[in-house]
Amino acid sequence: MAQIFHRSANSIARASTLGGLILVVGLLWTALQLQRSPYFTYAGVAKPQPVPFPHQHHVAGLGIDCRYCHTTVEVSGFAGVPPTKTCMNCHSQIWTAAPMLEPVRESYRTGKPLVWTRANDLPDFAYFDHSIHVNKGVGCNSCHGRVDKMPLMYNEASLQMEWCLSCHRAPEKVLRPHHVKADPADPASLGDQIFNMAYEPPSSSHPVTIVEGGQEKTFTSQTGPGGLGTYLVQANHVRSPRDITSCNTCHR
Amino acid sequence: MEQATETKSPEMTERLLPGQAPVLTPGHTLETITDKIVSLVLRRPVTLGWVGGFVFFFGLMNVLLFAMAYLFFRGVGIWGINVPVGWGFAIVNFVWWVGIGHAGTLISAVLLLLKQGWRNSINRFAEAMTLFAVACAGVFPLIHTGRPWLAYWLFPYPNTMGVWPQFRSPLLWDVFAVSTYATISALFWFVGLIPDLATFRDSAQNPVAKKIYGLLAMGWRGSARHWKRYESAYLLLAGLATPLVLSVHTVVSFDFAISIVPGWHTTVFPPYFVAGAIYSGFAMVLVLAIPIRKFYGVQDMMTMRHLDNAAKVMLGTGLIVAYGYTMEAFYAYYSGSGYEYFVLKNRMLGPLAWSYWCLILFNVLIPQLLWIRKVRQNTLALFFTSLVVLLGMWLERFVIVVTSLHRDFLPSSWGMYTATRWDYAIYVGTLGLFFCAMFLFVRLMPMITIFEMRMLLPQSRVTTEAAHD
Repeated sequence: MAQIFHRSANSIARASTLGGLILVVGLLWTALQLQRSPYFTYAGVAKPQPVPFPHQHHVAGLGIDCRYCHTTVEVSGFAGVPPTKTCMNCHSQIWTAAPMLEPVRESYRTGKPLVWTRANDLPDFAYFDHSIHVNKGVGCNSCHGRVDKMPLMYNEASLQMEWCLSCHRAPEKVLRPHHVKADPADPASLGDQIFNMAYEPPSSSHPVTIVEGGQEKTFTSQTGPGGLGTYLVQANHVRSPRDITSCNTCHR
Repeated sequence: MEQATETKSPEMTERLLPGQAPVLTPGHTLETITDKIVSLVLRRPVTLGWVGGFVFFFGLMNVLLFAMAYLFFRGVGIWGINVPVGWGFAIVNFVWWVGIGHAGTLISAVLLLLKQGWRNSINRFAEAMTLFAVACAGVFPLIHTGRPWLAYWLFPYPNTMGVWPQFRSPLLWDVFAVSTYATISALFWFVGLIPDLATFRDSAQNPVAKKIYGLLAMGWRGSARHWKRYESAYLLLAGLATPLVLSVHTVVSFDFAISIVPGWHTTVFPPYFVAGAIYSGFAMVLVLAIPIRKFYGVQDMMTMRHLDNAAKVMLGTGLIVAYGYTMEAFYAYYSGSGYEYFVLKNRMLGPLAWSYWCLILFNVLIPQLLWIRKVRQNTLALFFTSLVVLLGMWLERFVIVVTSLHRDFLPSSWGMYTATRWDYAIYVGTLGLFFCAMFLFVRLMPMITIFEMRMLLPQSRVTTEAAHD
């Protein structure tokens, strides 16, 4: 009887078995990667704003504290987006004729607020409160990244649930002290470390000393027994990962 | 030393009890079996009856597609479900379809391991039935989720939420039980088909059909090495499939039994669900076998012996199910729990009492007719008894799901359940999908296993003399 398939069909069959497997695994891998890529998360992608406001210039260049504009970050769930008046505190004096700032002046004249596009926008089914994070010792740049190095604002993190849980499952990894022992040579050591963009966690080469009740405590590691994070979890009464990873902590 | 030959007469046949039909009507040879089964697909013209039936069920399948499209557009609010009855037709139909599939696995795997020769002519279409029933069942868990496009969340994969599904929930066990079941059933069916597909490849005249069957036969040449590997693979798959007969419906029953709802929280659920599954499955086998053997003239291969045996399995499993109902009632009384007792009373006398008494009539009383030999020998009576059992098993799930939920612990949350036209449309639609697939199957695939039928012939017995040749 005549053969209905050429000899090569054998090789094609074997190759397609392996190829099919690779294809399926590859497609799944691609889907998982794509889901975490900036294409979906917009991490690192600056969105268009009415005025190209440079955080880099205002934070690093001028040394303005975060709380000068985001006034309610320590006391409210919402950090606060400044009103036009806050801009005009300075811009009624400097760059008064800059065409780039015309929308700001127009807003001030008409009383119609600037409509900024939120860079870090969580979905409505996730409850988030800035004040609890700030008060328990989560630094601004732990979530927002080095804002002092961002010419235009973008979200640093993916804002996906696995990213939230990476800290909630092990809060000691990121907590930092509010105040460290002042070092006259380092102006950043004078202020609240939560808002210090350049804060470095303790290591053996870079110990961190905090002052509490007149006593100095020096830490050479972040995690583990004797680590600063472990200490802060206790000192700040951070609830157990079991509590802060419970569904209804964030999905209320 | 010369070994004694196994048999002297080539006409060696199985011993039959008086009045018992043979598994294969005598008079067949190796050639006639192959020729008959091959001709059903390759030489038989497409008849008007087939086209009519196919078009009818294809239409019903489109009802399913239409109803699902509307469901996805509007949401599960188009169904009759609401607090307190959050599980309605979707779960009833899911359990019913999964149950039907069990007979196929039982016939092909368990009866194979038990060396029951009579399985050989009905196992192929029973396996196909399993596959299509599982496909119909699989529709419901997907569409009842409300957001079916996110149904892949049911699977444990490294998702961006950073969480796994709840491994302690029986609903997740269901995902594994049913997907394993579908995979093994499909593999078992396909592996069993390979030698027959090769026969089709060699017999087909149409070059396109030849290529398609050839592709599916995966280069089967029927060499001794092929057969040896085939036998091991088939036996292994049978071994894998056997525990599934018990495990799948046990897990399905856990969906209810693990909860604390009165009427669900009973230890009798797993065995009684499994028996019920086999019960409804054999009813479906009969509902399919009786018309198939008539319209395709294969009464000589699916003999009265097969129908008789299937009816006896039905009777046996039906009695286990009846025992389950009795025990449910007894537990409700013996538990001393007022809630359990109330559920029983509500089932028997409440607003949905009709469903309970219909269930007892259909599942317990009418099937007792099968004790009578004359009923088992009458294909029409058998056909209608099977239909009644299928309906009864559907009602059983309805009673379990709805009557337990609609009167829960708090009288303030009591309610009624009424299915909407969309509930019915989707149920009828899955019947369309199932029978549509069956119609295609009998036209395109060997519905009876050729080589296993040939093994029933005396000529296939290898004698030592022949083996030395």
